[in-house]
Amino acid sequence: MTDLTTLSLLEAADLLRSGDVSSRELTQACLDRIQDTESKIHAFLTLTPDLALKQAEDADQRLTEWRKEGGKPLPHTWGIPVAIKDVLCLEGVPTTCGSKILEGFRPPYTATSVGRLIDAGAVVLGKTNTDEFAMGSSTENSAFGPTYNPWDLSRVPGGSSGGSAASVASNMCYAALGTDTGGSVRQPASFCGVTGLKSSYGRVSRYGLIAYGSSLDTVGALAHSAADLLPIFHAIAGHDPLDSTSMPDPVPAVDLDGTDLAGLRIGVPKEYFIEGMQHEVEIAVQEAVRVLETLGAVACEISLPHTDLALPVYYIIAPAEASANLARYDAVRYGPRLEAEDLREQYFATRGGLFGQEVKRRIMLGTYALSAGYYDAYYGQAQKVRTLIKGDFEAAFKDVDLIACPVAPTTAFRLGEHSEDPLSMYLEDVFTLPANLAGVPGIAFPVGFDSDHLPIGMQLNAPHLGEAVLFQAASAYQEVTSWHKERPSL
Amino acid sequence: MPSFEPVIGLEVHAELATLSKMFCGCPVVDSTNAEPNSSVCEICTGMPGTLPVINQRAVEFALRVALALNCDIAETSVFARKNYFYPDLPKGFQISQYEMPLAQNGWLDFETEDGDRRIRIRRVHLEEDTGKLLHREGYSLVDFNRSGVPLLEIVSEPDMHSTEDVKVFATSLRSLLRYLEVSSADMEKGIVRFEANVSLRSKGSQDLGTRTEVKNLNSFRAMVKALEYEIERQGQILMQGGEVQQETVGWDETRGVTVPQRSKEEAHDYRYFPEPDLPPLQIDPAWVDRIRNELPELPGAKRARFVSKYHLTPYAAALLVEERPVADYFEAAVAHDPGTSPTKIANWLTGEYFGLLNLAGVEIDRSKVSPQSFAELVAMVEREDINATSGKVVLEEIFETGGSPIEIVEARGLAQINDPQAIMDLVNQVLGENPKQVEQYFAGKTTISQWLFGQVMRAAGGRANPALVRANLEQALKNLEESCRSGE
Ligand SMILES: [Zn+2]
Repeated sequence: MTDLTTLSLLEAADLLRSGDVSSRELTQACLDRIQDTESKIHAFLTLTPDLALKQAEDADQRLTEWRKEGGKPLPHTWGIPVAIKDVLCLEGVPTTCGSKILEGFRPPYTATSVGRLIDAGAVVLGKTNTDEFAMGSSTENSAFGPTYNPWDLSRVPGGSSGGSAASVASNMCYAALGTDTGGSVRQPASFCGVTGLKSSYGRVSRYGLIAYGSSLDTVGALAHSAADLLPIFHAIAGHDPLDSTSMPDPVPAVDLDGTDLAGLRIGVPKEYFIEGMQHEVEIAVQEAVRVLETLGAVACEISLPHTDLALPVYYIIAPAEASANLARYDAVRYGPRLEAEDLREQYFATRGGLFGQEVKRRIMLGTYALSAGYYDAYYGQAQKVRTLIKGDFEAAFKDVDLIACPVAPTTAFRLGEHSEDPLSMYLEDVFTLPANLAGVPGIAFPVGFDSDHLPIGMQLNAPHLGEAVLFQAASAYQEVTSWHKERPSL
Repeated sequence: MPSFEPVIGLEVHAELATLSKMFCGCPVVDSTNAEPNSSVCEICTGMPGTLPVINQRAVEFALRVALALNCDIAETSVFARKNYFYPDLPKGFQISQYEMPLAQNGWLDFETEDGDRRIRIRRVHLEEDTGKLLHREGYSLVDFNRSGVPLLEIVSEPDMHSTEDVKVFATSLRSLLRYLEVSSADMEKGIVRFEANVSLRSKGSQDLGTRTEVKNLNSFRAMVKALEYEIERQGQILMQGGEVQQETVGWDETRGVTVPQRSKEEAHDYRYFPEPDLPPLQIDPAWVDRIRNELPELPGAKRARFVSKYHLTPYAAALLVEERPVADYFEAAVAHDPGTSPTKIANWLTGEYFGLLNLAGVEIDRSKVSPQSFAELVAMVEREDINATSGKVVLEEIFETGGSPIEIVEARGLAQINDPQAIMDLVNQVLGENPKQVEQYFAGKTTISQWLFGQVMRAAGGRANPALVRANLEQALKNLEESCRSGE
């Protein structure tokens, strides 16, 4: 029998429908794969095998009924084992955000996105590793140890959704939920050679996503291909009355048949090809654009003139919001408490002792940016510049349907390579931050390998709520290429 | 000696009586007696990943108040995070409004003993309440029932210049909140909470002195006492050539003093910024118009109408309109018996009836006495079917039993004796039985006539028409006096 874990999500879904394989078998295969490889990868913070097998049995029962009923619509996620980034709440299951301050916390409720995926029949294998509170680009900031890149165990998987990316790349699951505040789905997808979707701001409910930067946080997903991602996206997207920033707009059906991109206008921003970026990345992205052109797309150079301001703006807005979002971790209602003489000392002991360095750095940055006397110069100014960056995208999308650019300046770097220099780590996100500031969707997918046989990713961005065209373009590319079918040997 | 004038502004917080909380679906419960943490969810306890959703009803309640306070309503207002750490604040920030409040630039008119007042309202905004700490020996507990309850903040301009102003402003505002049916505005239960800022300036000056914020005002009485104390304290400092420190002080009820709590330097930096989880609140002007048109008649307008329509004194009208159920009761009584003088009805209502209600601790809309029965009772007194003393007896009885005043008068034989001959007989009987007192009267102790009057009333079982008794007694004494003189 073939190794079930090497199947794509859609291949697995077809076998489930035909009855050639059961969800229980798929789930067990994934659990076995995790058993074999997790010690090398450390993709998970919590495994939920009992829950998964129970959900698989329920899914199998429903599949049996479905086959009898014949032909009724059933989501392609039905019975499919998936992983969930550990910043998304699942009732009763430990949810830590990769932080000691939430060690042992079991949320009393389930995130909307997770609940919808479960309602669509998905089987939850566990919670995946993340940079603490999604603050980082390497998953090295997890308080519970880093995740290792399946393509080269001495390298990082990217971050912060590094656990989700690595779990998909190493065939532990067919898809995983991630979150993207500044590139946290796209960059690890790129580093791990998988396909990652960052949804439009407001497209997927944030209810139950443990907030980092509320105006930037989005829920996304990772899988082996755009086609595999589509049913996940359809399961989780759409208005949620529990999230006042979620959009009421209906989620369009997307037809992925065919590879014809005739008339599609693709803009390639000149600001995204910068001094010091890895040459192989630049070449691979330009080659990928040429492939899209062979499918009928028309590419041209465009300008997003405020791109260089995205990084400083992001590192004011995200930490400012984080400084408030993370104030609730005061050891009063949940999480571990470091006892002290009085209330004030208890705050200092718990927050000082249990938050990691990067989290504390961003809380301090954000607190400073919001302080009386500095607000206008920092937070107020950053909001104004954010409007300019948004304007760049709006102007560009008058002329083009998609923007194509690299995901990150380099392929996966080595563990510890940027640890001593936060700024060089922040630069990893320079191509992904603008989409979060503008609220537009993006998809990252593999377009080649560098000389170290590390995956190279390209990203496409579309106008707000324009996920459909992202899926169509990425899927057309993947119809005629096979980078996304490559698997690391573990 | 310089003469100082107090300058006082109030910041009022009122919990809104919506069914559910400001940003979640939890029921609003009476947090002074509900089982602790019995009305909480992941949102109002600040669990990670939760998000707020605005309660439209709370916005509507806030708009009612803002319109009744003559404010400009913002078509777009913005919620903001107010950041500080405290165990009763589960998110580590309070969702409030800061730069763009719901409403601004209004006013509240009222009358005081010293004349008409108009106090300007700076702003009205919505926020969420905090939980409550319960202190125990060596530890504290937190009750989140109150956490997330809609809270309306009303900020006045510093337009008040006496504790009388403050008292009447506060009662008028409380009355307004109750008229609008948006809050029980119960100060003792902490449903409405006042903070005052106080400064002094030389009389006639337009400058503002250094002010202090006075907190912990848990009752109207405490508020007045605290302000009197603070005005006196600042006056002493200024008189001795000192400087008032800008600080927050708390009223210590048991010691009767204000105690410094926080200096200007220690003031919090709340690091307000727009709440990213809530889009700006857009208010449809058509909705505002609808709410404006549905506003009930407010206390000020009602008071004016009572004076002009029923010819009540402003004082009596003010007493009647303070609570809407009382005003409604009054009007129902007047409507039942248009022949009876509204002034009489008002007097009986604010006199004897209020006394009974207060004594029994009963709200008028829970009373057994219907406005109709009450009107009948007052009419009977006015027609002199019964006298005032019997009227009180009957009121007490129907207050206890809810019976009909006419039936009680009949059953208990309380109908007034209006027959002059019968009364004269009683007078003569009393004078005949008390020759000693009559003698004293003629000896010049004329006050004894009051005692004689009482004896006649007693002999009549309290039912005699007092005016007739008085007249007949006077006449009888005069006759006696004349017959004595002519007999000499
Ligand atoms: Zn609640």
